[in-house]
Amino acid sequence: MTQQQAPAGGGTVVEFRGVVKEYSGQRALSGFDLTLQAGEFVALLGPSGSGKTTALRVLAGLETTDAGTITINGADVSGLPTSKRDMGMVFQAYSLFPHLSAGENVEFGLRMRKVDAEERRSRARAALALVELDGYYDRFAHQLSGGQQQRVALARALVTEPRVLLLDEPLSALDAKVRVQLREEIRRIQTDLGITTLFVTHDQDEALAVADRVAVMRAGNIEQVGTPEDLYARPASPFVADFVGLSNRVPGVVRDGFVHVYGTRLPLVDSSQADGDVWVFLRPEDVEFADDGVSGVVSTSSFLGSLRRTGVRLDDGTILFTQHNVHLRPAVGEQVHLGFTGAPVSVESSPRLVA
Amino acid sequence: MSGGLRMTGGVAHAPTRGVRALILGIIGLVFAIPIVAMVEFTLRKGLTGGYDFSRWLALFQSGFTGPYRPVLVALGNSVALAIGTVAIVLLLLVPTMVLVHLRFPRLRRMLEIICILPISIPAIVLVVGLAPVYAVVARLFGSGVWTLALAYGITVLPYAYRAIQSNLDAVDVRTMSEAGRTLGAGWGTILLRVLLPNLRRGILAGAFISVAVVLGEFTIASLLNRVNLQTALVVVSKNDPYTAVILSLLALIFAFLLLIVIGRLGARRPRTTRRRSITKGLS
Repeated sequence: MTQQQAPAGGGTVVEFRGVVKEYSGQRALSGFDLTLQAGEFVALLGPSGSGKTTALRVLAGLETTDAGTITINGADVSGLPTSKRDMGMVFQAYSLFPHLSAGENVEFGLRMRKVDAEERRSRARAALALVELDGYYDRFAHQLSGGQQQRVALARALVTEPRVLLLDEPLSALDAKVRVQLREEIRRIQTDLGITTLFVTHDQDEALAVADRVAVMRAGNIEQVGTPEDLYARPASPFVADFVGLSNRVPGVVRDGFVHVYGTRLPLVDSSQADGDVWVFLRPEDVEFADDGVSGVVSTSSFLGSLRRTGVRLDDGTILFTQHNVHLRPAVGEQVHLGFTGAPVSVESSPRLVA
Repeated sequence: MSGGLRMTGGVAHAPTRGVRALILGIIGLVFAIPIVAMVEFTLRKGLTGGYDFSRWLALFQSGFTGPYRPVLVALGNSVALAIGTVAIVLLLLVPTMVLVHLRFPRLRRMLEIICILPISIPAIVLVVGLAPVYAVVARLFGSGVWTLALAYGITVLPYAYRAIQSNLDAVDVRTMSEAGRTLGAGWGTILLRVLLPNLRRGILAGAFISVAVVLGEFTIASLLNRVNLQTALVVVSKNDPYTAVILSLLALIFAFLLLIVIGRLGARRPRTTRRRSITKGLS
């Protein structure tokens, strides 16, 4: 890697403030606020239609805003066209220019910046080496696999040393193994370069695995933003609890700052919860086999490599998932008892019985 | 998609060598018979029967002077018109289509209808409408032959549109232009450096067919009293049918050569040929 590339987007702070974007009456973003610290890797996570891609495209300048400001290092960029915003972007769709070789693709942004031919070539080669594609300079897009194409696209986005790196679901067209491999690599490169990065994905594993902070989006706004550990352990809302990680949703009753579930008393994430009937979100790893406790019949059990996930149908018909050691191999139809580890849980007021 | 085709049980397979030869042979005959007949006609030796090259020699020895000179001028006119028409397609139609495709997708239907419309209007009807328009055009720009290119720009629309649109649909123009923009390219650069190279095939096909249409156009030129290749040939044929047929043959050869040259220009870049051969190898 050449020296010029090291500092890249190091000192860039991006701030969205009250950004609104409407598509013919539909609000894609409604007062979106988010700050990306210098060198931070932030993932926007949400279901489709939650506005995550819109937020990224607005930052790239590919969409205009209807209200609010976007600043980069304190300077408002709302009026700048995409070509002047100095962002590197990797798209969900394969976006290499098919008439240019991989190397020429990478050089494109440098050519636009009037970098002379020799420097262009050496920087393009360095960028290709960065994504571990040395020797692929002369290949064309159709001669590359999907993963390789996205690597070239990443090199192309990074070679100009942009202030911000934008990743718009760059891995979603790839198969599972390549996806995991490439996301680790993106994280490594991002850490090396220290470039401020916004990563849009609908895949919670992906977001939790690579991001410094994850912003969970819902209906054009951020539901919760925090470190992956935070989101997982202390989801601020049932939506987050349900979306981040697999959760069991079971009925319970809140009384005196604790929730009672199937005869067990569990602490609450948010102890200010009013007394009454609630839905409780239980992580499968917080459910365990026990000698006594709530009883049920094993309905499914799947091997997940390092652990096993088993579904137990309780007497009231609810299926409760538990994650446990692979040495335990419950048989389908087996009668078992389940207990809880006692980790704090998040709850949602049950709409049925709200006064 | 190709997988789906393959599943239909051999229907999508390439034809065998014999079938291919047969198809090509039949199509070749359809094209060859009138041309061979024309050649045969020009070689006839009057009432005595037999064949010779006397008429061809006479034409070439005269050096296209005298009575045949107008044909040469008319050929020049037609070539100029072809260039003008292609220029209209390249400078007006292509940018319009790209703009509609990217920025105003809702207008696409309307653009398509407008562009396809001329094919359903007979040239003679078109002329009735064009005559008064050309009265104005003549007042503004004079009655130069080149003004016909404006009318031809309309008549070639359906062909050029189809050729370019199919290419536009096959390429992810939106993502490519967005990628170009994030890399710092303005719209002009994107059009020239990113989109044109990838739409080259469609644009060339559109240009080919425009040239062919213009070189073969008779009705509009004749009714608007302009001289182009076809109207000149008709004039000659009234006096000397043999020479008219010779000239037609020469015009055919000329058009043929022209298309080959344009085709060469399009395929000149070596990497394209490489790409094509590799794609073929993969499929």
